[in-house]
Parts: sequence; structure tokens; C-alpha cells
Amino acid sequence: MNFETTIGLEVHIEMKTKSKAFSPAPVKYGVEQNTNTNVVDWGFPGVLPTVNKGALEYGMRAALALNCEITKDIHFDRKNYFYPDNPKAYQITQSQTPIGRNGWLEIEVDGKKKKIGIEEMHVEEDAGKNTHSPDGYSYVDLNRQGTPLIEIVSKPDITSADEAYAYLVRLRQIIQFTGISDVKMEEGSMRADVNVSVRPIGSDKFGTKTEMKNLNSFEHVRKGTHYEAKRQQRVLLSGGKIQQETRRFDEPTGETILMRVKEGASDYRYFPEPDIPPIRISDDWIEEVRASIPEMPDKRREKYVSSWGIPEYDAGVLTQTKEMSDFFEATVAEGADAKLAANWLMGEVNAYMNANKLELLETKLTPENLAGMIKLIEDGTISSKIAKKVFKEIISNGSEPKAWVEAKGLVQLSDPAVLEPLIETVLNNNEKSIEDFKNGKGRAIGFLVGQIMKETHGKANPKIVNKLLMDSLKKR
Amino acid sequence: MNYFKHDFASLHELLVNKELSVTDLTQQTFDNIEKRDQKIGAFLNLNKAAALKQAAQLDQKGVAADNLLSGIPLGIKDNIVTKDLKTTAASKILENFNPIYDATVIEKLNALQTITVGKTNMDEFAMGGSTESSAFKLTKNAWDQTKVPGGSSGGSAAAVASGEVIAALGSDTGGSIRQPAAYNGIVGVKPTYGRVSRYGLIAFASSLDQIGPLTRTVRDNAILLNAISGLDPHDSTSSSHAIPDFTAKLDGNIKGMKIAIPKEYMGEGVDSEVREGIKNAIAVFEKLGATVDEVSLPHSKYGVPVYYIIASSEASSNLQRFDGIRYGHRAADVKNLEDVYVKSRSEGFGDEVKRRIMLGTFSLSAGTYDAFFKKAAQVRTLICRDFANVFNDYDLVLGPTSPTTAFGIGEDINDPITMYMNDILTIPVNLAGLPGMSLPAGFAKGLPIGMQLIANRFDEETMYRAGYAFEQATDFHKEVPTFGGQD
Repeated sequence: MNFETTIGLEVHIEMKTKSKAFSPAPVKYGVEQNTNTNVVDWGFPGVLPTVNKGALEYGMRAALALNCEITKDIHFDRKNYFYPDNPKAYQITQSQTPIGRNGWLEIEVDGKKKKIGIEEMHVEEDAGKNTHSPDGYSYVDLNRQGTPLIEIVSKPDITSADEAYAYLVRLRQIIQFTGISDVKMEEGSMRADVNVSVRPIGSDKFGTKTEMKNLNSFEHVRKGTHYEAKRQQRVLLSGGKIQQETRRFDEPTGETILMRVKEGASDYRYFPEPDIPPIRISDDWIEEVRASIPEMPDKRREKYVSSWGIPEYDAGVLTQTKEMSDFFEATVAEGADAKLAANWLMGEVNAYMNANKLELLETKLTPENLAGMIKLIEDGTISSKIAKKVFKEIISNGSEPKAWVEAKGLVQLSDPAVLEPLIETVLNNNEKSIEDFKNGKGRAIGFLVGQIMKETHGKANPKIVNKLLMDSLKKR
Repeated sequence: MNYFKHDFASLHELLVNKELSVTDLTQQTFDNIEKRDQKIGAFLNLNKAAALKQAAQLDQKGVAADNLLSGIPLGIKDNIVTKDLKTTAASKILENFNPIYDATVIEKLNALQTITVGKTNMDEFAMGGSTESSAFKLTKNAWDQTKVPGGSSGGSAAAVASGEVIAALGSDTGGSIRQPAAYNGIVGVKPTYGRVSRYGLIAFASSLDQIGPLTRTVRDNAILLNAISGLDPHDSTSSSHAIPDFTAKLDGNIKGMKIAIPKEYMGEGVDSEVREGIKNAIAVFEKLGATVDEVSLPHSKYGVPVYYIIASSEASSNLQRFDGIRYGHRAADVKNLEDVYVKSRSEGFGDEVKRRIMLGTFSLSAGTYDAFFKKAAQVRTLICRDFANVFNDYDLVLGPTSPTTAFGIGEDINDPITMYMNDILTIPVNLAGLPGMSLPAGFAKGLPIGMQLIANRFDEETMYRAGYAFEQATDFHKEVPTFGGQD
């Protein structure tokens, strides 16, 4: 029997608004426990939520970028459950009126393009964090409580682990370009729950699904999904039945492990949040938000290829992250040649980032300085050999390239009046090479140029040296 | 201080003319409470040290001449949070809860230099109509100490009616200001939903709760409502609707005012003496030049079930935060997380609160949501429409506040259904978000009868105007409980 796999993804993304979704406390990471909190986050008696309009607009941005229809009349709902990291004992979410519905994004697997539908997308608040300590106590940190989230639910269009992987990569890219989130799996600003089911090909009913929660890397999603689909097929082929259960991906073995069997759905007693009146989203508001969305990667790629002469592959690399693409565009805007800027970013800059395990914006490099250096190369002020030194300086210390080159005396020697006497000296000291040259040994040129570069500590402009040397040799 | 002989204006004159210091007034208020509260039991917790300190500071600064409330001592219902002043909502689960912030209404009053003398008793979490579900003490009716003061703002109403304070704040979810005002022969107003910020009011039912004033006169009530009204950025359900000076039209002239009497409010179940009292009141309005017609609010009969489903559903969710984790009572003998929840809440909540949490949890459950919560929300819309239809043609709706006068302590508490029916005339007003007032309209066997005036949304002005005209034309508000008045 042959099976087909159906995969559903529920992705939570934390939005980087200044303040929380329903309280004025700041959204900030890496600070002392419970410092970014106020009475609202603590669920004190008497407090009320207030909607952060920015969070709603970020949600609309994501919905629009994912081609969703915007729900015009929205309200929030309460999802009720007890847990120490959930201080009100309900989460404010949107169950009845998700802000976006019926969206899609496009993935490409093995050169084949496919549209994946998005069932719905809603705005909600994150919970705090519980830590269980060896001292026997559990600690609650409410810094994260109330951070605005979007949850994006895919339609059952994904049919393989590779497609699931491609969906997540694409989703992360799109969301990143909207500017609403850092979308970092490793930091928890993007989290994925995966539902997997299999059914015999041709069956009109979906199989029973299992769920893997909070997978924290795309690779785990791919491996876990792949394993889970195979496992379910094995169970079915051996006459077994799939149970509705939650499983965990175990990294060392690459297998999924049973966590708990679901006994009926939990009853969260959803009902409309009475503390927040319904909100009407006008067409004008939608257009305003649409206009605020930064240019999406596909558009940028097209622009790089058709207007800026960047090869298709390079344009793809440059638009993988918003930081890179923004940096590239800013460098070009500073007057750098687009192709040269692209080569530096994909070559030296990338290599530096990898070697030092830094993100682009964590380096000291600025678009101004990169453009400045490229211009120095173009106008012959520095040689490409010196450029490597300059690059190291501007990316690790943030120096302004022109000033640094001048201060360090690294300006290329191009003045014939300075170079000619040097060349004469080198020639006088290397009669043998002149003879070799006259005997047709081309290599002699290289040697002589090398000697001149040595004399000038590499600063001589090789083009000019070559020309002057040939002139001198011809005269001898 | 004999508060029966004063209102805000006359006290203000004494204070401004330095015939009385704020300190003396405050001290005398505590004396009043000390003497009378042994019989009445209106206060749960007094704020004596802080209040006297505040009074002394105000004496030094001098009361504000243009502010009638400057230096006036007030009682505050114990479900309104007060910074550094214990706030319990009359529940064991918050027995030692000291808030770290002030409710918006308290901030507003502080800015106006009122003096908070203490926190008044109430039904636990405002769930009840007799103040008997308080976890801490019984409060008694100012007119007859064998009777309940009504509820849930029974402490605030009894404190004002017995002359302990001149005014107090209460909260009203289904009648919790108006019914105790009626039982105690004073003026109580539930403002339009959204008129007053709920920030800092310990939520019972979010879509119904409103804070409002309890006073002995209509004018004082209007003054106090003006002081606490207004849009609050902390409360998304508060309204930006313009706030008129509610005292501006208190001139006694209501000629041509159109008043509707819903036949459902005067029918079976309403005590005959109460009905008689209201009929007499209607005659007064007619004499003042108002036209009075009978109308119908056909869906008001569903008010009680709709209310108990919606209010309990919201309460079941609102009260989940009392989990023993961050504040409030935590059970001692616990083995795991579930124990913390189950035991803390079992020990901390009283029977009536548990009853409503169960009712609300049931109403919101997956299998019952459509038949209960959703259906109730739909019927609520019909109740709103009933009122809207009447207000197309009328300025005001009039009826009794409660079907009976104050009942005996212990009489109803074992029969929740009878207790719930007491709210039948006040509940629809909360469901429709309208402003409602109860004011004295006579006596039956020595107990006050309350008349209810209901106005259109954000039309408190008309309600006050009519209430004032009636008050000026009658002497009921001048009557004082016999035990008091002997300072």
C-alpha cells in the first residue's frame, strides 16, 4: 500500500513591538526576571487590558504579506486555563475572528513551485516562563508575559518533510521582510508545532494526526516529520492504529517519542473578551498598513536582476535575509557599484561573519564604509591587495576607510614622478632580468613588478607600474 | 458631625470658612463610625492614621475654595483597590491583600482631595443582594437592624444611611448600588456602562460592572458622579462621551418630560405596598407636569436568567486569577500544583462565589456554550432593543428598584433563587448598559421604598433632573433612621 503524508504547521512568531500586546510594559529580552512587568502583566485584581495598536498593525502587516483576507470586524477572545506562567488564567487571543484568513505563500522544492494555503492568522499574547529549580521550587518569570504573538495556521497542503522545511524557510523570510519580528528559532521568537498524518493514496479522509510541539529548529521539523510519517506508515502496515497523541522529537536518535495520549480536546471555554470592545478595521487603515510594509524579497530580487545587473543566483542570496538585502541596498545608495558591493557582501563579508560567528549587524561594518572602500578601489586610491587590509579594519573596528588609508599611508602610488626613479633603481640592480625579458622570457616582468611592489611595501599601483616598466624596458 | 443635617455644599462652607477643620471633620467621622458601626457593621477596614494625616496636610494647605469635595471624608466599597490600604472584596482569598496601585476613581478622588476613611463591607466579590455573603461580617440595615442592608454595596449604603459618612462609592453589576440604596432610603446611581473607569475595580462581570455614588441627596450624587466620570486610557470600555455638569439642570422643572412605566415592573411579584408607594410617586411626577404612560419591555422577564449566565460566565473567568500563586490566600498543606489551585480556591472562596463559578464554567463549556452563553448574549440584545424602543418616545423609565423592602437577615440566604429574583428590576439596566438611579419614595412598615429612574445611555442628566424635582417635591429624603441623628 502506498501512503501520502499530510502536514499541518502552527507557527508562533513573537513580534518586536516596543510595548506588550495588552499592557504598556516594555518588550525586552535578556533582562532580570520580572523587571519588564507591571500590575497588568501580574494579573492583579482590578487591572484591565488595553490593546497595543502597534501589535495589531504588525499582525495586519503579516496577514497582508501572507496574502490573507483581513477580517474587518474583529474582537479578542479569552482562552481559559490554569498555569503559573499564565497570571490571569486566561490568554487573550482571537478564536472567532482571526485578523487574517485564506492566505498563501509559495515554496520551491526540487525546482517545482507550489502554493501552500494559510488557513488563518491571529494575534494573541505570549505567556511567561516557568523554571523548575533543583532546590525544589518552581520560579515564574513574567517578562515574556503579554508579548504580542501571531499564530499562523497552514492548510493541509504540505505533503512532505521537505515541503514543511521549505514552508518554514519561506515563512521566516517573508515575516522577516515585514520587519515585525527577528524570527529566530534559537531564541524562541519563532516556534513551530507540527501535525502529521498519513493516509492511503486515494483515500478521501485524513488519517489520525499526531502532534509535535515547540520544535526549535527547521532541521528538527524536517527530520521529525520525515520520521513520524514513516513511523505511522509502519504502524498502519502492521495492522496497528494511529492514536491522537503528542510526541517529542528526540535529537540524538532522530526519532519521535510519545509524550502523552490526548483524551478528548481540552475545553478552554473560549468566549469574547469583555474588557476589549470589538474593533472595526477600515479599508483606509488596511491601505495605510499595506503602504508601511517594506518591499518583499521577490520584488527586490527582480529589481537586483533586471535593474542592477546582479546574476539571478546572487540576487537570491542577497535577499535571503532582510538585513543583508537592506545592507546591500544601502551600500548601493551610498554610491557603490552594485556588482562590486554584491561580491564583497557574498564573499569577504560572509566569510568574516562565518569565521567570527556574527550576524551582519553585529559587525562594525556600515554601508557607508563598505561603499567608501569600494569607491577607493574604483578610483585607484587603494589596490585590491590593500583593500583586504582596509576591509579587515572597517569590519572589525568600524574605521572610516578614506581617513584610515590616509593615516596609515596606504594610498596607492600612481604618480610616475615617484615611481620612475624607483623603477630605474630596480632595473639597474637586476640586469639579468632585463636580459631575460629581451630573450622573450615573460616571467621576468612578474619578478620585476614584484621587486617594485616590495620597494613600495605593496602600495604601488600595479597597472601604472606595469606601463612604466614596459616603457623603461623598451628604452633599454 | 451630624451628616443628616449636611450636604457637600454646607460642609464645604464650614471648611472654607474655617468653622470646621478637615481634621475635626475626619475625626468626627471616625467617631460616628465608632459609635454606630457596632450596630451597623458597615466598614471592614478603617484608614484612620492615613486619613488623619491627609486631613492635617489639607488643613495646612487649606481646602480648595472651588472644589466642593476638598476635605470630604468618603467610604469606599472594598472591591475598589486602594494603594497601601487593604482591599479584600470581602473574600478570604484576599484577606491580607494590600494593593500597590490605586483604582482610577481613587486617583480622581485623591486629586480632588477627598479623604478615604475606610473600606465598606459587601457581598463577597459583589455576588449577592444582602451583604450576607461577606466572608468577614454582617452589615445591618440602618432602619432596622434585623434586616439586611441589601447588596452587594450594603456596607456603603448602610454607612451613608446611618450617618457614618456623607457619601460612599459602590459598584453595581445587577443592582448592587440601587437595591441597597433603596433598602436604606438613600440615593444610589449606577452610571451608563463606560461612564466611569473600571480600572481598579475587582472584576465580577466585566460587561456589566460600573462604579457609582451613594449619597443622601440627588445633588450630592450628581457632584460625586461628575468627580469620577471620564475616559480612562487604562480602561478600553470607558467612554469619551462628553460629560455634562450633572447639577446644571437641577431646577425642579420637569414639565413635559415623558416618563414610561413598564407594566412588567408593576405586576405580580412586586409587593403591594411597594407598588402603592411607586403609584404615589407617579402621581407626584404627573403633578409636576410630566406625562406618564404605561409601556412594555417584553423581554425583561428573561433578564434574570440571562444575567446569571452572562455574569457568572464572566466571573468564572475573572476569578481564575485568584490561584494562590502571586497574591492572596495560598493553602498550606499542598503537594503539587493542582493542590495549590484546588485547595487555595476551595478554602478562599465562599459558597455563593463557588456556585457562580460553577454556573459560569458550565455555561462556557464546549457542549453548553451555544445553548447557554451564546443564547444569553442573543437575548441580551433583545433586552437592549426593548429599552431602545421605549427611549425613542420617552425620556425616562420609572418603576420600583426592588420588588420588596429590605428582608430579614438570614431569610433569603438559603434560597438562591428567591435571592436572585430580588434583582429582577435592576438587572435589565445593567444588561442594556443604561444609567439607573434609586431614590427614596416612601416607606412601608417603617422600611424605605426605593424608586428607580432609568435613562437612555449617557443621559444621566435627565435622570438627575427628574430625581431632583421629585426629591424637592417630597420629604422622604428628610427622614432619618431613628437610632441615629442624636449627636
